[in-house]
Amino acid sequence: MKRVYVNEQWCLGCHLCEYNCAFANSGEADMVKALKGKPIYPRIKVEGTELVNFAVSCRHCTDPMCVKSCIAGALSKHDGAVCIDHSKCVGCFTCILVCPYGALSQGETGAIQKCELCLENACGEPACVKGCPNGAIVYEERDTL
Amino acid sequence: MKQYVIIGNGVAAAGCIEGIRSVDSEGAITVVSKENHAVYCRPLISYYLQGKTDLQRMNYRSSDFYETMNCRVLYGKEAIKIDSAANHVLLNDGTTLPCDRVCIATGSSPFVPAFAGLETVEKKFSFMTIDDTLALEQAVNANSHVLIVGAGLIGLKCAEGLRDRVASITVCDLADRILSSILDKECAAVMQKHLEENGIRFMLGDSAERFEGNTAVMKSGKRVVFDVLVLAVGVRANTDLAKALGAEVNRGIIVDSHMQTTSPHIYAAGDCTEGEDISLGKRRVLALLPNAYMQGHCAGVNMAGGSAVFNKAIAMNSIGFFGLHAMTAGCYFSGEEGGEMYEQTGDGTLKRLFTKDGLLTGFILIGNVDRAGIYTSLIREKTNLDTIDFEMLKKVTTMAAFSGKSRREKLGGVV
Repeated sequence: MKRVYVNEQWCLGCHLCEYNCAFANSGEADMVKALKGKPIYPRIKVEGTELVNFAVSCRHCTDPMCVKSCIAGALSKHDGAVCIDHSKCVGCFTCILVCPYGALSQGETGAIQKCELCLENACGEPACVKGCPNGAIVYEERDTL
Repeated sequence: MKQYVIIGNGVAAAGCIEGIRSVDSEGAITVVSKENHAVYCRPLISYYLQGKTDLQRMNYRSSDFYETMNCRVLYGKEAIKIDSAANHVLLNDGTTLPCDRVCIATGSSPFVPAFAGLETVEKKFSFMTIDDTLALEQAVNANSHVLIVGAGLIGLKCAEGLRDRVASITVCDLADRILSSILDKECAAVMQKHLEENGIRFMLGDSAERFEGNTAVMKSGKRVVFDVLVLAVGVRANTDLAKALGAEVNRGIIVDSHMQTTSPHIYAAGDCTEGEDISLGKRRVLALLPNAYMQGHCAGVNMAGGSAVFNKAIAMNSIGFFGLHAMTAGCYFSGEEGGEMYEQTGDGTLKRLFTKDGLLTGFILIGNVDRAGIYTSLIREKTNLDTIDFEMLKKVTTMAAFSGKSRREKLGGVV
């Protein structure tokens, strides 16, 4: 399946992916209305050092720890993608405790948020990839390196 | 066609069903369910009291789960004997279920000490099941004074769940601190203070000695008057079936990394088991939902003739009270045991990382729990701390602390 990957040698650390992600998942049609003057809750986060930057989002693991550990039955796999049922999540954060990549986080409402590849929002394809100015984030099929 | 019997219908059983079906789509699966409920999220009972979920949403799987998995569930039934020589399981209604492979997933039961006068208490409850929860919900009102015996995970989640429904909550525990199974002294004090600020009253180092109707007489001689009593002293693994069978049992049913008991063709999973804790290097009961699912799945795969191993069990808990989250994992070895501790404190946050012999063996995080799974993974994978930038990782959880090669494998490939 296609997943989101980052080529860290091309990542500028500009954080645009975070804004595009938050906008795509805001449900708003206007970016200013969605983001201006508000704390943003992106599902992809730029990390790094002075030497290297990269964006981290859900790996959609083959055998995901978060799905197996969810105490609310809110996380599941559909066609390879790890999905969340927000109505079932109680915000216990067990998934944050077990994700080896730090890819899930607390959302605006206190429940968990995670990358669902923009399949569930109006964007339809990963907004982080579409908006990456240097082509560092890609959406493609890969095997293990 | 193989015949599988799963005794119990909790999360370990659900894992077992899914494990079996990942290998064998044909075999007949029968689930023996003591509770009259489809598999539900047991840890959510306190969230139910808080109004954060409801009975419908507490279902662990969709309503067509058993149908999709093609398995039969016998509700309100108990297994009373496993006859491994005759290959059948005997139920309390006299039915015998033929079986080739059995998974014991009987969970645990509340342990109720023999308090003098307990029979004189009118409204007393355990807090383990949906039925316990519904009964407790009926018994309390805005004028209720609740006494909870036990300041562990169950007692305190119950306190949080009840807080907005009752007049007062007092929690007592013989231990001198709360959450003594997962928090050390200082961390427990932080969480206790937060709970007190949210209206929970504690009597620690003291516990009920006897009951006289609606009064608890404490070991200290103090008297606590209450309307509703919740007993959350502890739980015991349900091991009777395994014991009677002759399988090795300690505090739980002994299982190997394939979730097999010492009896051939008999597997066990979940809170009733005792397996290796890799951070401790010893066997212990790890009654945690994630372990229950993973053990159940592993057992199911092996029962169906596949090959699965579950050898990464550690203690781990994510638990929040009134908006303050704590996460804990692994073991906290003291200096005398050869362990070292790194501590970071901040505004409302506390982090303690425990290392020994070049490995992270445990941690306690309060307040800031972002990306805690990176730490958990170091414990589970027994990552040599020399291979990563642990100095960076001590301060902030980030994938930047891994070598470029390791990070490209994790973030650049299929994992």
